[in-house]
Amino acid sequence: MEKLRRSMLFMPGNNPSMLQDAAILGADSIILDLEDAVSLTEKDSARILVREALKTIDFSQVELVVRVNPMDTEFGPLDVDMIARVKPDTLLIPKANEEQIKIVDTMLDKIEAEEGYLAGSIKIIALIETALGLENVYNVIQASNRIVGVLLGGEDLTSDLGIERTKEGEEIFYARNKVATACRALKVDSIDTPFTDTNDFEGLAKDTAKAKSLGLTGKSAINPRQIEIIHSVFSPTEAELKHALKVLEVMQQAEKEGKGVCSLEGKMIDAPVINRARNTVALGRSLGLLER
Amino acid sequence: MRITKVAKAGTLESNDILIMVMSSKSDRVELELESIVLQQFGDVIERVILHKVQEMGVEGITIKAQDKGALDYTIGARVETAIKRAI
Repeated sequence: MEKLRRSMLFMPGNNPSMLQDAAILGADSIILDLEDAVSLTEKDSARILVREALKTIDFSQVELVVRVNPMDTEFGPLDVDMIARVKPDTLLIPKANEEQIKIVDTMLDKIEAEEGYLAGSIKIIALIETALGLENVYNVIQASNRIVGVLLGGEDLTSDLGIERTKEGEEIFYARNKVATACRALKVDSIDTPFTDTNDFEGLAKDTAKAKSLGLTGKSAINPRQIEIIHSVFSPTEAELKHALKVLEVMQQAEKEGKGVCSLEGKMIDAPVINRARNTVALGRSLGLLER
Repeated sequence: MRITKVAKAGTLESNDILIMVMSSKSDRVELELESIVLQQFGDVIERVILHKVQEMGVEGITIKAQDKGALDYTIGARVETAIKRAI
């Protein structure tokens, strides 16, 4: 099973206290942010602090992602050049489009060769937060073999669309569908936009469940208190695990008996059902909910 | 290398350090350090600051540092940023 990205927690890149705590907060991935969380006058300072943090702090228990500035600003290329040299797991590229992903990919090829890192070892997550990026998301994912996921940025996207962002999130229904489908088609992760009311846990649970029901595979967070709820939504329940195991058992029995078709509790078990069961069991195993 | 301007980096928040650098008339490196952990770690903080200054090849510099319990990586980062801003 690939690396789990149920939760990705944003942490401001210029705050030493938060950088030091980031790895132990329980998120599957942490995103050290050089973009929106850092003022224009502190971009240089945050870039150097994050580089030193990566060299010093043990982030080995989480996926370490750095959100750089957009590549069409003066800061983006400087961020990539400095941060990639201390080998984060992944770079998060804001306002992603094909052209910018290709620029980052080429820069990473050069840096990996210069630093002696395995070619292609630094991954990319595309942050889709413009109407153009959203409509083109399939091609954006295909722009580099380094892409392991897409993160949907609901706030910037709705701003670009000139529409209101609401707690219910109906306005990003299409975007969630589009991202989830493109990501599933190209077998990369799809990470939902953060839920910005950090005191509304019921709202967070509903919003996360909605994202999951549309096919998204994880959710970003802006506060450590959101992680547990996100994980509980994206982890299979005991009943789901039991059902999945039963499906696989029935399928194996049918194979032994040479039957082409089988059923469980009156419902036909076909390839999509088996696939879903396999995914559920694999997720359960990687979370330690089932024996390996 | 000599610095030409007065520059600052860092903050006075906990786990951070505020560094101010300015050029000095002499070729020496002069350091004024305040820290909430001066008794326990004063000499370590001083060593980290001076090491970074030396690594960057800077001479003739006065550094004022107000430490709020920063770890070594933060101290090094803030000194580097302040010097780069002052060049």
